[in-house]
Amino acid sequence: MTKETKVIELEEVAIRFSGDSGDGMQLTGTLFSDATALVGNDISTFPDYPSEIRAPQGTVGGVSGFQVHFGKTKITTPGDKAHVLVAMNPAAIKANARFLEPSATIIYDADSFTEKNLKKAKFETDDPFTELNLLDYHKLAVPITSMTKEALIDSEMDNKSILRSKNMFALGLVSWIFNRPLEIIEDALKDKFGKSQKVLQSNIDVLHAGFNYGMSMQHTTPQYLVPAADIEKGLYRSISGNYATAWGLIAAAEKAGLELFLGSYPITPATEILQALSERKDLGVKSFQAEDEIAGVCTAIGASYAGDLGVTSTSGPGLALKSEAINLAIMAELPLVVVNVQRGGPSTGLPTKTEQSDLMQAMWGRNGESPMVIIAASTPSDCFEYAFLAAKISLESMTPVMLLTDGFLGNGTQPWKIPTMADMPTITPRIAKDPSKFKAYRRTDETLAREWAFPGMEGFEHRIGGLEKDEVGTVSHVPENHQYMCELRAKKVAKVADMIPDIEIYGHEEGDVLMVGWGGTYGHMVSAARELKKEGKKVGLAHFNYINPLPKNTAEVFSKFKKIIVCELNLGQFAALLRDKVPGFTYHQFNKVQGLPFLIQEIKESVTKLLEE
Amino acid sequence: MSEFKYTAKDFKSTTEVRWCPGCGDHAVMNAVQRVMAEMGLNKADYAVISGIGCSSRFPYYMNTFGFHTIHGRGSAIASGVKSANPKLQVWQITGDGDALAIGGNHFIHLVRRNIDINVILFNNKIYGLTKGQFSPTTDRGAKTKTSPFGTVEDPFVAGQLVLGSRGTFFARSIDGNMKMSQEILKEAAEFKGTSVVEVLQNCVIFSSGIHEEITKGENREDRQIYLKHGEKMIYGVNQDKGLVLINGKLKAVTIGVDGFTMDDILVHDAKDNDLYLHSALINMTIPEMPMAFGVIRAVDTMTYDYAMEAQIAEVQQSSKIKNCDDLFRSGNTWEVK
Repeated sequence: MTKETKVIELEEVAIRFSGDSGDGMQLTGTLFSDATALVGNDISTFPDYPSEIRAPQGTVGGVSGFQVHFGKTKITTPGDKAHVLVAMNPAAIKANARFLEPSATIIYDADSFTEKNLKKAKFETDDPFTELNLLDYHKLAVPITSMTKEALIDSEMDNKSILRSKNMFALGLVSWIFNRPLEIIEDALKDKFGKSQKVLQSNIDVLHAGFNYGMSMQHTTPQYLVPAADIEKGLYRSISGNYATAWGLIAAAEKAGLELFLGSYPITPATEILQALSERKDLGVKSFQAEDEIAGVCTAIGASYAGDLGVTSTSGPGLALKSEAINLAIMAELPLVVVNVQRGGPSTGLPTKTEQSDLMQAMWGRNGESPMVIIAASTPSDCFEYAFLAAKISLESMTPVMLLTDGFLGNGTQPWKIPTMADMPTITPRIAKDPSKFKAYRRTDETLAREWAFPGMEGFEHRIGGLEKDEVGTVSHVPENHQYMCELRAKKVAKVADMIPDIEIYGHEEGDVLMVGWGGTYGHMVSAARELKKEGKKVGLAHFNYINPLPKNTAEVFSKFKKIIVCELNLGQFAALLRDKVPGFTYHQFNKVQGLPFLIQEIKESVTKLLEE
Repeated sequence: MSEFKYTAKDFKSTTEVRWCPGCGDHAVMNAVQRVMAEMGLNKADYAVISGIGCSSRFPYYMNTFGFHTIHGRGSAIASGVKSANPKLQVWQITGDGDALAIGGNHFIHLVRRNIDINVILFNNKIYGLTKGQFSPTTDRGAKTKTSPFGTVEDPFVAGQLVLGSRGTFFARSIDGNMKMSQEILKEAAEFKGTSVVEVLQNCVIFSSGIHEEITKGENREDRQIYLKHGEKMIYGVNQDKGLVLINGKLKAVTIGVDGFTMDDILVHDAKDNDLYLHSALINMTIPEMPMAFGVIRAVDTMTYDYAMEAQIAEVQQSSKIKNCDDLFRSGNTWEVK
């Protein structure tokens, strides 16, 4: 490196790649993230894209973003705000101005600042930076479009195809700035474009052009060093929450010695689970793309009835459609895992945005006394673990389990320490063995789970259904029997508390404020708790993965703090549940329903305010 | 042929049958139990799946595996059962409301996918369990509890829905005709694919006599034609009536009258992939034409459950990924030392 190069060492950086939804920003972000993980940084990513496939070009509504946060320290969120914005057009700057750290660096395509594009982005002057009050920011005007054209001048490609590689110029430049080796990115490009040598070569050429541009302009371009993080030893891969969920289910089936059947219908942001499982015919996964959400869960129930691990995946509106069938599985007492990747509601709501507003639907969205085990994953990579556990509980307790994730977890990625199957917990499905003793609804005292006998098992022929029944499975309208059975089903779900761990407190074990969160907000909650602790505040964090039943020590933990604040991405659903299930405490609330994850800063502010009250 | 020897009685459960005395369901169940005994397949491999409605109580009365599910979803649940384990003999019991109203979507997609399931569709043109409301097969103008002035909508013809969904097997029978039902149900059971058997069933309470013009009374043979593959389309008390094709249209004629001879009479080809004649046969109504019974269509093609199993086997053979440990370590990974 020449002496002009300014190398600045940083602990952590958040970069936001942003452009038109057709500009390839998701790919750019993913490639950069994979290279970054391989370099040894801890990392967290989050895509932010519009629900339209191609919203009008150049408009703010059509901007697609991808944020990646990496560092030498533990990275638990994609970052509140970006230190670097890569903007492919004026609209991207407008859409992202509010997601920037003060004094952030803005790298933008200077060629895109045409009168037409400024107008499309609804700027009133030809100086967007002044308009957006971004004058103090470090701006790098890079002629990305013309440099890309220049790089491919001999390629004999048409203009449109050439412009498709613009994102690679930006990626090359950012790779230089952050010292990422291009080889890793090239390997990934080979996987993606290997079929067309021409497309592959043009992408690689432009990638190098971007990298070289950074090098030759180094007197104006700072270079940063983000040293590798101190990460637990082992083999890692990058994984999204949806993939982790899908793989956790496959792992559970393998561990249980069962075949996995997924009945599902495409719905944002859960579709990737259906895709991920459809890829795994090699592991015997039977994926059934059904005609609708109802058939998705019904085929899964049919498969469970036939002796498979039946699973269905969906998002909020789909869950509403599945309610009646989930209730059948509750009544028939069959294993079933329902994965709900929550999104902004109600109704169609904000399909591509994240929210935690299906908690009440999961708890109570069925007719009758219909208890269901509810588990929530809290990071993209722990979706694996919780999907596995959801299946384990369902198979061992013979009851449906709902796994709640959300768009933020499902689409976000994180390094995942690859487990070894031999180390995973055992799963023992309750498959009946002795036909002479078999009764469809005879239970073990320990878990109150019934035995599972399915078609094909000789001597076990029996009938089950959605009508109330007695122990043998015979339809019964006896009033006392109905009450007895309703209470039994409730007790069976309550007994799952014996299978789950106690809630652990992060930070102070007792003190002034207990922060309470659940599910996908973990990264932001733990970061906020860590920072508050550093500031000397007496706060702790109880972050829940088990929603129904709650861990047994919940009340005990709550009693050690003067105040409790429940933070969630809805208008107070978990707080309401706690008021019902763990009474005797005052639950303060911090709620956000903007389709966006929490900012660490806003959590801290709400806790600080409560501390001062 | 088989090591399993059963009588119809082996397929009866101890649960008391609670259909109304005289209900057509009794006869159909007897026919099903006789066919199952005759098939000589392992009783433990039978799964009888139903939705909601009078006929959907059927599984409780069968000494097989049975699952009484929820309204309209029998087709979807049965699809899951058969896809999960193609070795099973899956029977779906449904009615005109369950299959063609609330479960219409699942029904047409089951037929489209051609999953190897035997569907018995009890058609009594009425909602019986909710006590007498019109159904999607109720004739236009019929007065029921929810159409006191007569319905203002046309009914589905079940067979047309099956054909429109690319159905491979459609048959029609009558509850009271045990012999015919048994013959048809056996063919349905042996057929690989979704076999839909519509049974004209009499609800003694809410639509009694609804099919009577076809099924009862003197000379009823003149109003029914029992189609058999490879045989002439003849019918009638004296077996002297037959079907001919004139100017592309089916016509009922009497042999020896107007110059029609036995040579003019059509031969039934249930295996013809062409929908044209099957559709015309399904659409025949009295009094101009006889009502068609028997196996009207039975065209062999690939079943979904077979294709799904074959695809998995094929991919498993070529893939290097044999278990989860292989999967997790495939593709881009890195070692933190």
